[in-house]
Amino acid sequence: MAAASPLVPAYTDVASSVAKRRWGEGLIHALLLTCAAVSIVTTVGIVLVLLTQSIPFFKEVSLVDFLTGTTWAPLFESHSFGIMPLVCGTALVAGGAALVAIPLGLGAAIFLSEFASPLVRDMIKPLLEILAGIPSVVYGYVAVVFVSPIVRSVFPSAELFNALNGCIVVGIMILPMIVSLSEDVLRSVPRSLREGAFALGAHKLDVTVGVVVPAALSGIVASFLLAIARAIGETMAVSLAVGSTPRLTLNPLVSVQTMTAYIVEVSQGDLPAGSLEHRTIFAVGLTLFVMTLLLNVFAQWILSRMREKYE
Amino acid sequence: MSDALRPSSARSSKRPYAKLSSRLFTLCCAACTLMCLVTLALLLWNIFAFGWKRLDWQFLTSFPSRFPEKSGVLSALVGSLYLIGLTALFAIPIGVGTAVYLEEYAPPNRWRSLIQTNIANLAGVPSIVYGILGLGLFVRGLGFQSLALNRSVMAGALTLTLVVLPIIILTAQEALRAVPSTIRQASYALGATRWQTVRRQLLPAAMPGVLTGVILALSRALGEAAPLVAIGAATYVRFLPTNVLRDDFAAMPLQIYSWTGREQLEFHKAAAAAIIVLLTVLIFMNALAVYLRYRFGQRIRW
Repeated sequence: MAAASPLVPAYTDVASSVAKRRWGEGLIHALLLTCAAVSIVTTVGIVLVLLTQSIPFFKEVSLVDFLTGTTWAPLFESHSFGIMPLVCGTALVAGGAALVAIPLGLGAAIFLSEFASPLVRDMIKPLLEILAGIPSVVYGYVAVVFVSPIVRSVFPSAELFNALNGCIVVGIMILPMIVSLSEDVLRSVPRSLREGAFALGAHKLDVTVGVVVPAALSGIVASFLLAIARAIGETMAVSLAVGSTPRLTLNPLVSVQTMTAYIVEVSQGDLPAGSLEHRTIFAVGLTLFVMTLLLNVFAQWILSRMREKYE
Repeated sequence: MSDALRPSSARSSKRPYAKLSSRLFTLCCAACTLMCLVTLALLLWNIFAFGWKRLDWQFLTSFPSRFPEKSGVLSALVGSLYLIGLTALFAIPIGVGTAVYLEEYAPPNRWRSLIQTNIANLAGVPSIVYGILGLGLFVRGLGFQSLALNRSVMAGALTLTLVVLPIIILTAQEALRAVPSTIRQASYALGATRWQTVRRQLLPAAMPGVLTGVILALSRALGEAAPLVAIGAATYVRFLPTNVLRDDFAAMPLQIYSWTGREQLEFHKAAAAAIIVLLTVLIFMNALAVYLRYRFGQRIRW
C-alpha cells in the first residue's frame, strides 16, 4: 500500500540512500523478507511432503483405481484403495452442513446488514464471534452427547454415529463464517443502488431481494464456497460424530467416514511409517488438499472480481 | 430488478400485500439471527449444566486416569500452556514481520502478489493437512534422524505456528493499512529511515489491530486438535513435559477428544468439565483482546 502511494519515497531513491547511512536497514529488510518467505516455504513444504509420500503409494496402486474405486478397505487382508466412499462421506457431511447453514446464515446476514440497527448489530456480532471461536472438538462432543440422542429419537432407525450428526454440528460451525462473510459482501453493495430503488418507490423487500441480494450474489456464492471448503476440511467434530465406516451411500442416518476422519483414525493407530497402509494418509491428504484448494481459489477469484466491480 | 423499478403507484395497487410481505420477510431474517443466538445459548447451557458439578480443584490438579472419577486435566492444561507459549514465540515475530514486509517494504510487483495470494490460500488449507506437513517436516525431520523432533512439544508448537501464521499476517496487514499515510509521509519528511518509520510510528499505531489478531490466532491454536492428532500426539500422559525438544505432551482439546470417544458417562462429564475450562480460557483471551483494543485505541488519536 505504502509503496504504491506516490507521496511515499519510492523504494529505490530515498530509502536506499538512507540505507547506506545505516547498514542495519539492509539487515532488517533481509530479516523481514525471510519472514515473508516462510509462507512460501510452507506451501512448498505441504506440496513436497504430500507428493513425496504419495508417489510411492501411487506406484503400487494406480491413480485410476484410487480415484474411481468404490471400496475403501486399506486395513483388511485383501487391500482395496478406492477413495470414492471417503469422498462420498465427505460430500454428504459438507453438503448436509451447507443445507443447514446456508438458509439460516443468509437470513441472518441479510438481517444484520439490511434491517438491524447499529446497536443491535454491535450486540449480535460479538456473540457470533464467540460461536465462531468455539473449537471444533467441542462440536464433536456436542454431536456425541446431545445431538445423537435427539437424532435417534426422531429417526429410530438411525445408527449411534451417523452422517446427520455431522451435518448438524458442522452446519452450526460454518454458520458464523457464512453470516460474517455474506454480511461483509452485502454491506459492500453501494448505498446508491439502494437509494435509487427506494426513490423509485420500491418497498424494503423489493430493495433487499430485488436489488441488494442480486448485486451481491457472486460474493454471497463465494462465501458459501469458502464455508463448504471449511466443512470439507473439518476434522475433529466429524471424526467424533459420523463414525468410521467408509460407505458409498447418501443415506444420512448410517455411519460413514470422511477423508479427514480416516486420517485421524490412521494417525491414532500404530501402523509402521513407510508401509503402504500408512502412506494412504498422504494420498488421502493430497486429495483433500487439492479439493479445498480448488474451492478456495475459485471463491477468492469471485470475490476479487466483485471487489473490482464496486471499488 | 425490473420489479423494483416499477413506479410505486402502479405497484401498490397491484400488490396490496407489499407492506405485509416486507414485514414478514424482516421477521424471517430476524428469526434466522435469533436461531443462531439460541443455538449458541443452548450449546453453552447444555455443556455447563452437564460438566459443572465435575469441575473442582482436584479436577484441575490431577493427571488423567483409567478411573473417570479420579481423572483430571493437569497434564493437558500444562501441555496447552507450553504449546501456546512456544507458538506465540514463533508466530508473532514471523507473522508481524511478514505483514510489515508486505505492507511497507515489498514493491508492488509479481513477487508481492504471489506471497499475498499464497497466504490467502494457506488460510483455507484444512488444519489436518498442516498436521501431515508437521509429521513429515518436524516429527520426522525430513527423514534426518538429527533433525527429527519426534512427538515433542516443539514439534506440536511449530506445526501450530504454521496453522495460525496466516491469521496473524492478514490481521496485522489490515491494521498497518489502516494507519493514515500522512503519518508515513511526515515520518519520511523528518528524515526517518524505513525501519524507524515502522518501529516508531506504524507498529505502535497499528498495535491494537495487531494484538487482536495475535490473540485470535492464539485462541485458534489453543482449540486446535486435528494437527496434533496428525503428528501423533499422545492422549494419555501422566507427567509434565520438562524437555520441550523430547517429551511427549498432552493438550486440552486432545484430552476432550479422547474422553468424548469413551463410552462411560463419567468420562463424558469429565469432557464437559474440560470444555468449561477451555472455553473459560478462550473467553478470557477474547476479553483481553477487547480490553487491549480499548486501552491502546484511546491513546492514539489522529
